[in-house]
Amino acid sequence: MSVAIKLVSCAKTFADGTRAVGPLDLEIPPGETIVFLGPSGCGKTTTLRLIAGLESPNPGGRVLFDEADVTEISIERRNVGMVFQSYALFPNMTVGGNVEYGLRVRKLPAAARAARVEEMLGMMKIGELRHRRVDQLSGGQKQRVALARALAPQPRVLLLDEPLTALDAKLRDALRVEIDALLRRLRMTAVYVTHDQAEAMALGDRIVVMSQGQVAQVGRPRDIYFAPQSRFVAEFVGTMNRLHGVVRNGHLEVMGGRVPWRGRGGGEVEVLFRPERAAIVEAGAGQVKGRVATSFFLGDRTRLLVEGVSSGTLVVETTDRRDWEPGQDVHLVIDPDALLTLDR
Amino acid sequence: MARLVAVAAGGPAGLAAYGVIVTEPRYLRSLVSTVVLAAVVTALTLVIATIAGVFLQRNRFPGRSVLVAMLTFPLAFPGVVVGFMVIMLAGRQGLIGDLTRLVTGERLVFAYSMAGLLTGYLYFSIPRVILTVMAAAEKLDPRLEEAARSLGASSWQVVRDVIVPGLRPAFLSAGAICFATAMGAFGTAFTLATEIEVLPMTIYTEFTLRANIVVAAALSIILGGITWLALALARTAAGSSVAASA
Repeated sequence: MSVAIKLVSCAKTFADGTRAVGPLDLEIPPGETIVFLGPSGCGKTTTLRLIAGLESPNPGGRVLFDEADVTEISIERRNVGMVFQSYALFPNMTVGGNVEYGLRVRKLPAAARAARVEEMLGMMKIGELRHRRVDQLSGGQKQRVALARALAPQPRVLLLDEPLTALDAKLRDALRVEIDALLRRLRMTAVYVTHDQAEAMALGDRIVVMSQGQVAQVGRPRDIYFAPQSRFVAEFVGTMNRLHGVVRNGHLEVMGGRVPWRGRGGGEVEVLFRPERAAIVEAGAGQVKGRVATSFFLGDRTRLLVEGVSSGTLVVETTDRRDWEPGQDVHLVIDPDALLTLDR
Repeated sequence: MARLVAVAAGGPAGLAAYGVIVTEPRYLRSLVSTVVLAAVVTALTLVIATIAGVFLQRNRFPGRSVLVAMLTFPLAFPGVVVGFMVIMLAGRQGLIGDLTRLVTGERLVFAYSMAGLLTGYLYFSIPRVILTVMAAAEKLDPRLEEAARSLGASSWQVVRDVIVPGLRPAFLSAGAICFATAMGAFGTAFTLATEIEVLPMTIYTEFTLRANIVVAAALSIILGGITWLALALARTAAGSSVAASA
């Protein structure tokens, strides 16, 4: 059922001359959930639309479904399921009518249509909404209907364009878990576009981080997080701290102290590390010392913005229950293995 | 209004004045042809204006804004001028006549027939509707069409299931006003209607030339009634506001 998708030197330049997507090559094995992640305008949605058939690549670019070239096949014959941020439900039809639509245009017999609609509504747990008008639904219900509608005709691939962005945080988390379970169960090739890195981490078998129409990095969520290949990826995914200093005698010397240096090179460097790789310790036990600039109590933990360690502020998180005040001294130990040197 | 009703009912035949409209073939013919003309004009206008309006909304090409501006020209002309233009186009000395004589040897003259009236009515109806359709088409969510296409809908299925339902409120309001305007149009009919008579013309003739005030009043009430009914029906169907002042 599910297909492999292959993009071969796909570029997209719009009529006004802007290059939205770079020439890019990408292979998505069957059954994989791949997430395009990037800031707005990075070309992730355009890439999704190239796969869908809503845009065609510049001459030379090709889109393959299981080795079959579908570049010239328009979206209505590509058999793809699409889910949009704005839901895009047909307002002139009921919930059932929306779900049935893809089956109706395929001219399936009425009995088969009814059975499939029933099945889809049951799967999305919205059976009781069948006769409702779509303007009577909540955002979460609308997106369930949109998913049921997209899946009803048994598409070869499911394409989701920021499906959760319009929902509030709690609902977003709940529906994300559900979408994840759904994709695992269906084993359907799915392409998911988002600018939310937490969503990307949670859903993606692999993540494609995009920047300015180009692929910045492709990899499993943990690879992207732990081994970013560029500054852009490092700073876009999760939070990154910068340390600016000089390497001397096996240590990186910064404004607030010194950290053991295991890397190569010397002289003036700038390194990055994740907040969770720094620990707050008692005075005297720390490698570096700084001052609390601001503290945010988040319930389960406290986030501190620390200044005086390096030129900028560092983000450090702690689960201790101390009441951190601005101006207070903070002593930190930074795991030397956590320091990333990225040249680009 | 009330005085008009009173005049119509207060004639020698009383309320039977209304009956005359049905029994007298001339009045009935005038009434039927007016309603038919207005209905046909409305239907054709909606079809033409929808195709043109959606096209103009979706496509950007050199001269587009000039074309859109020119489309609003007819709004500025009184009906008499529109009728005059139809005569210039399809009258005995008209452009189409000259052209057809060159090609077939015979002059095609339709300015004074139903076709001529239709041409004139379409000319002043289309701009009103096209602007409404363009405004409505702009508000259509392009994602809806994309969703329909992703589900396998062909171009015409997209038109039938997404675009037409999306434009329905615009069709109802613009169509109702188009119908009302066509029912009451006088100037164009006055210039062109030598072979057929439309209701406003009949009212004029009865009132000024025959001084048959009772029938003129009854016809006026009927004309107003039909028009009002069309607007009311559209308003009910749209479920929202449609300007009742046409």
